[in-house]
Amino acid sequence: MNYLLGAFKPACNISITFTDGKNRKQVPTKKDNGQIVMNPLFQSQETIAGKINIEPYQGKKVEHNGVKVELLGQIEMYFDRGNFYDFTSLVREIDVPGEIYERKTYPFEFSSVEMPYETYNGVNVRLRYVLKVTVTRGYAGSIVEYQDFVVRNYVPLPPINNSIKMEVGIEDCLHIEFEYNKSKYHLKDVILGKIYFLLVRIKIKNMDLEIRRRESTGAGANTHVETETLAKFELMDGAPVRGESIPVRVFLTPYDLTPTHKNINNKFSVKYYLNLVLVDEEDRRYFKQQEITLYRLKEETS
Amino acid sequence: MIADDDEKWLAAAIAAVKQNAFYMQRAIDSNNLKDALKFSAQMLSELRTSKLSPHKYYELYMRVFNELGTLEIFFKEETGRGCSIAELYELVQHAGNILPRLYLLCTIGSVYIKSKDVTATDILKDLVEMCRAVQHPLRGLFLRSYLAQVTRDKLPSIGSDLEGDGDAHMNALEFVLQNFTEMNKLWVRMQHQGPSREKEKREKERNELRDLVGKNLHVLSQLEGVDLGIYRDTVLPRILEQVVNCKDELAQCYLMDCIIQVFPDDFHLQTLDVLLGACPQLQPSVDIKTVLSGLMERLSNYAASSVEALPNFLQVEAFSKLNYAIGKVVEAQADLPAAASVTLYLFLLKFTLHVYSDRLDYVDQVLGSCVTQLSATGKLCDDKAAKQIVAFLSAPLEKYNNVVTILKLTNYPLVMEYLDRETNKAMAIILVQSVFKNNTHIATADEVDALFELAKGLMKDFDGTIDDEIDEEDFQEEQNLVARLVNKLYIDDPEEMSKIIFTVRKHIVAGGPKRLPLTIPPLVFSALKLIRRLRGGDENPFGDDASATPKRILQLLSETVEVLSDVSAPDLALRLYLQCAQAANNCELETVAYEFFTKAYLLYEEEISDSKAQVTALRLIIGTLQRMRVFNVENRDTLTHKATGYSARLLRKPDQCRAVYECAHLFWADECENLKDGERVVLCLKRAQRIADAVQQMANASRGTSSTGSVSLYVELLNKYLYFLEKGNQQVTGDTIKSLAELIKSETKKVESGAEPFINSTLRYIEFQRQQEDGGMNEKYEKIKMEWFE
Repeated sequence: MNYLLGAFKPACNISITFTDGKNRKQVPTKKDNGQIVMNPLFQSQETIAGKINIEPYQGKKVEHNGVKVELLGQIEMYFDRGNFYDFTSLVREIDVPGEIYERKTYPFEFSSVEMPYETYNGVNVRLRYVLKVTVTRGYAGSIVEYQDFVVRNYVPLPPINNSIKMEVGIEDCLHIEFEYNKSKYHLKDVILGKIYFLLVRIKIKNMDLEIRRRESTGAGANTHVETETLAKFELMDGAPVRGESIPVRVFLTPYDLTPTHKNINNKFSVKYYLNLVLVDEEDRRYFKQQEITLYRLKEETS
Repeated sequence: MIADDDEKWLAAAIAAVKQNAFYMQRAIDSNNLKDALKFSAQMLSELRTSKLSPHKYYELYMRVFNELGTLEIFFKEETGRGCSIAELYELVQHAGNILPRLYLLCTIGSVYIKSKDVTATDILKDLVEMCRAVQHPLRGLFLRSYLAQVTRDKLPSIGSDLEGDGDAHMNALEFVLQNFTEMNKLWVRMQHQGPSREKEKREKERNELRDLVGKNLHVLSQLEGVDLGIYRDTVLPRILEQVVNCKDELAQCYLMDCIIQVFPDDFHLQTLDVLLGACPQLQPSVDIKTVLSGLMERLSNYAASSVEALPNFLQVEAFSKLNYAIGKVVEAQADLPAAASVTLYLFLLKFTLHVYSDRLDYVDQVLGSCVTQLSATGKLCDDKAAKQIVAFLSAPLEKYNNVVTILKLTNYPLVMEYLDRETNKAMAIILVQSVFKNNTHIATADEVDALFELAKGLMKDFDGTIDDEIDEEDFQEEQNLVARLVNKLYIDDPEEMSKIIFTVRKHIVAGGPKRLPLTIPPLVFSALKLIRRLRGGDENPFGDDASATPKRILQLLSETVEVLSDVSAPDLALRLYLQCAQAANNCELETVAYEFFTKAYLLYEEEISDSKAQVTALRLIIGTLQRMRVFNVENRDTLTHKATGYSARLLRKPDQCRAVYECAHLFWADECENLKDGERVVLCLKRAQRIADAVQQMANASRGTSSTGSVSLYVELLNKYLYFLEKGNQQVTGDTIKSLAELIKSETKKVESGAEPFINSTLRYIEFQRQQEDGGMNEKYEKIKMEWFE
């Protein structure tokens, strides 16, 4: 269908505008080809409304079997490229079959759309929301236009947010106790904590805190797990002695993080981990990984 | 090789710093915050190196430090342009590497404080806490040093406009203290970095970094609002806690010194017990004496500089505290070398002398403590300790400039006990010299006793051993001092003076054969001086039982001089006997005088064997005896007889002759009528002439060898005759003289005698007297018919 579009000039130009498009926040999204484009931002239960302009090229008329607009929520697995799984699909018929001679504007509205999942661009999986306008034509193939938009869902402060506290070690070699102030962080949060050295018999060179993302896709035997280190943040330089406590303060802002996604539509999960890594003078690494939950907190500003 | 690498690395690092600084500057110029941060972080990354020695690292640090100044200004401007400083504060913390992140944080932190958007306290707390993340000693030290540097002028204190609330200055204090503590920990830890064989080098390098740590203390002392109370309750205990707990020799030594030097004297005074309490807790290897000496020196200077401070010293009982502390330290450090402990006491003593110059008991106490310490170590043998102890003992002397004061210190002699011979002597010399230098008046016999007891290193040999290696000249010089001292002792009260003499004698007599000949004479003369005074005053002013009678003193002298004869100095003894006899004569103590003469004679007979010495001695005897007036006829005859006898037994004839004619004087005393025995005078002279004849004969017998002696003997005799003639001795006749003259004349004709000048002047004299109109001399000379020169 796509190559037909390339072969023939489409008969008309379709553009989609949102009602509050001027004021709505735009967020950057990376396209397949690597280009960054700005897309409007929505959240669940919002009404997505706007106008669709269909403007035939000069002197042409567009004969169609009807015009519809769909709101789709799709999950795309990269190993299964081209196959979209729609978890949300809403349709509005905006025009009955007929002919369009000149520019025509159709308002549309999806009110209070349930969009439970956030837009996500992972290594192996993508979740996206898109408005799809189809001008259905019998013989010449339908004319389709897409408009991506981004969905982010905000959650309130979790009522329970325990700190992570743990003592780990290698017997007679290294004992540390670490503490992160929370187990759930919002994306602009700061990880605060402390690392106590209870016993140090190895010559430590430095200590880093890594933020790792573990993306698992598929289910059962076909599960793909991809782990990325998104941040490597040096916490300590040099060898501490027994009894030292090293402060932890990591701002999450500079990193490209998403909320934790759990089993999205049985297709994929995204989990985050804090990995505390100690490196000794022989470059041996000692580490301890802890899962944290990331969530998107409603921003007070804007 | 290593040094070369060091240079290379440093050069590379500096190049990188320069480059990044350049880009940073460009970003700053174009107000590009993001790039400025990026390049500054890259520049700072150069400080992450582990390859440089502390020295080189410092160089690198200084480069970076200068660049950071620019950045700080940029941050300031940036906030002026509306960039929220809080955002900036967060932004710099996005840096992935800890070291650049913290340097940036400190830089922005200082701007933040200045902006007063938040309380300085919060920022300071945050910074000092975050800096914990650098545990590498060298890098951590410099980072914290940077922190201290940039916050230094921003610490809130009372009166400063940065003060947020009442506790702000306390928080600032807390900040500095904490930074200090952490820096010190890092510093101490440095010694464990790297292989142990390079430990020495490392310690040296470490020592070079000490000022980084010490600077914190300096900041503390400069901090406004640190008053005595805060210092006592917070600052000092905290610092000391760290100092003690770090258990590191180098650090303890340096920091203690820092504390002492940095904080005001008054603080030290008021917190002495705290400060001192820490001393025994330090590592045994710490050179505690330097520390304490520094403290005491400071306090001494303080006391010296301000009189108002003195009451404070009393109030806090500085002395007893210091004394106690030193005791503790000495106790705690069992293997403290004697030199060190003595040095400690030396400084305590100096302190005491400065502060409590009127408290002799304190001074004595210090000496006492020192004695206790020395009693554990025994005699001091090493040079260093000896030197210290001399300084120690000299200190009170220099302060009081009065030996008498020293004598009141009961422990002083006890300390001297522990000196080896050389040192003891040296000390004794110092003591004695002080007497001369300050012209000290020593007023009582007890004092003299004490002084001599102290200076006994000079007075006698130790353990009966005699050091053969003593330089003769030095020895003489030393004993000269003693002699001078003896001569110097003088007080008006004869009673006390005699006691002094008794005392001195007691000490001097023990001096041994080498010293006695040098020390007894001054004693004798001093005593004789007293006797003269006694005689000059009222006759026996004290009643009979008084000790200061001439008789008793003479008795003492007799015993004293007798000692001399035992030590083979008979010549000297003889002289002194004669001196005493003369004194006895003056006091009209016949028996005493007689006794002295007897002793002198005895000495002459038994001890003086050398002929020349005999001649001299005999002359002395004759001269003295001639002047004695106290003897009755019988005694005098006996003595005269003996003297004459000795004269005749001299070895050489000329000597005999001369002695005999000298004896003539014994029968003739001008002022005493009953002592003018002209007959015996002439008899003596005749005998002398006979001896001269004998000499002449012998000379003639061995003619050829030019012997002129006899002629001059004749001339001498002639002179004697003339003398007695003038004195009115009727027995001297013109004939006698004339015949003698003839003899001389004939003898001179026989041989070239060489005595012509003598003869001529004698003749001229005779001629002269003959022509004298008045005085009756010409009459006497009329008797002489001379036809010598016609």
